[in-house]
Amino acid sequence: MTGDLARLLDGPAHGLAAAVSAREVRARDVAGAALLRAGRSRERHGAFLHVAGEDAIEAAAEVDRRVAAGEALPLAGVPIAVKDNVHVAGMPTTAGSRILGAFVPPEDATCVARLKAAGCVVVGKTSCDELGMGSTNETSAFGPVRNPWEPTRVPGGSSGGSAAAVAARAVPLAVGTDTGGSVRLPAAFCGLVGVRPTFGRVSRLGLVAFASSFDQAGPLARHARDAALALEAMSGADPRDATSLPGASPDLLSRLDDGVAGLRVGLLDDEEGVHPDAAAALSATARLLASRGASLVPLRLPRLALGVAAYYLIAAAEASSNLARFDGVRFGARAAGDGPAELVRATRAAGFGDEVKRRVLLGTFALSAGHREAWYERAQRVRTRIALDLGEAFRACDLLLSPTAPGPAFPIGEKSGDPLSLYLTDVFTVPASLAGLPAVAVPAGLSRERLPVGVQLAGPAGSEALLLAVARELEAARGPWTAPPDVIR
Amino acid sequence: MRIDGGLVRRMARLAAMDVTDGEAARLAEELSRVLDHFDAIRAVPDDLLPPVPDAPPAPLRDDVPSSGPGERAYVAANAPERARGHFVVPRVVSRNG
Repeated sequence: MTGDLARLLDGPAHGLAAAVSAREVRARDVAGAALLRAGRSRERHGAFLHVAGEDAIEAAAEVDRRVAAGEALPLAGVPIAVKDNVHVAGMPTTAGSRILGAFVPPEDATCVARLKAAGCVVVGKTSCDELGMGSTNETSAFGPVRNPWEPTRVPGGSSGGSAAAVAARAVPLAVGTDTGGSVRLPAAFCGLVGVRPTFGRVSRLGLVAFASSFDQAGPLARHARDAALALEAMSGADPRDATSLPGASPDLLSRLDDGVAGLRVGLLDDEEGVHPDAAAALSATARLLASRGASLVPLRLPRLALGVAAYYLIAAAEASSNLARFDGVRFGARAAGDGPAELVRATRAAGFGDEVKRRVLLGTFALSAGHREAWYERAQRVRTRIALDLGEAFRACDLLLSPTAPGPAFPIGEKSGDPLSLYLTDVFTVPASLAGLPAVAVPAGLSRERLPVGVQLAGPAGSEALLLAVARELEAARGPWTAPPDVIR
Repeated sequence: MRIDGGLVRRMARLAAMDVTDGEAARLAEELSRVLDHFDAIRAVPDDLLPPVPDAPPAPLRDDVPSSGPGERAYVAANAPERARGHFVVPRVVSRNG
């Protein structure tokens, strides 16, 4: 790999796109170099489940032709990785599960098609928790992903492969999906910017459905500007997703450097169960924002703590319904059975892993006669309460600052036998998911063990531009992005 | 909330998913622990919990055929067993009855 290509892949996506647009470097050469890095990232961290081949070089050559023809592409030639529960035409989709067998989608997810239209080149599919169900990437049927900051630790999940690939500099940008925190947690554990958009901002067409009232795709990046560019490209109404928001993509770039002067930042006072290093990072971030002209508004929102229960009950209920499609008949893996019903039961028993079975059963229970009112309907009312509480909070402040995760990345295997303790990892991320609000995970320095800790900025519906501007300000104040020890070269 | 193996097996039947006896026992234990924690939502006073508002009506699109690869492309590419454009399943009705 030439020094120029290595430097471009190590740097931000927007710099790489500028170099391709100025024809200083060819997108096909960038793609070739990124494919090598993706292969190494698969070997070293298990971040990729599929690495593209000649098809990616051809796609990059097409980008070069479009640039030569004078087309302005905001992400010209930027190599990206896509979480394996998001369809890329012609590449296998496993969603980290055996249930999909050798499924190959014939079309791109809308968000992938839009990133390609903006100039991106998909170099591979990244590992994830099975069907998006997990917070550590350990529930993948294809093995755990290693955190480039410390390979014995989890990268977070469920978009763990996407986060490990971007943190290790295999690619500058990746697509993740976030149901209850699956973009934000891995972003925090790997020292990245990760965006969960307002519900409906990004089309869900082409995502393997987990919980349809929560699922949103979002970008993982090393730099706020790259996350903004990617989200702008992915967003916009889609007639094939009835829940997509009407209207064009929001403008996320023109206010990116607006700073934080005059902003009211809500600060939650509840630090119960938060690791001291995460608490210290939160206080330091609050002081930094105050020093740059923001005002701090202490807030108490005690009912947010009920979010984990409400989220897991509703998401499991939706999953139990969505996953009914995996029947061994229409697509995916099939196990032998004497009759159609036996075939379906055997296929699902063999195809789903432990965590998916747990959630399907939890969801079936919450929706079943005799339990529905006490659990599912109650959880929906708590969801409504939390959305109202957050709406009220956003009258007193412009955004809410909290930790992203209760602490830094923990060792692989430490919590995998304890579902409840894993669910509680999501305590700070689920409220925005329940209310359909945007939230951005932002790096906030390193713990004493030199592991990344993040903070989360959550705002009212449609506030992505504001949140990304705050992320950009924090990034500018902290200096250059810190690379993990185990980068891919 | 106590979940026992029998309840797990009943849910598994509803979810069309076989579970072994060993799995049922383990899942009962894990789900009991999870639901014990989730019980907190049942302790919230009723008057604090507003009714769930009706979902907005789903937007409708014009009733015209749309582009996209459609069902047939997915079927042709991905059905585990197919014949003459159909999905193949085990025999439902035997020749004798």
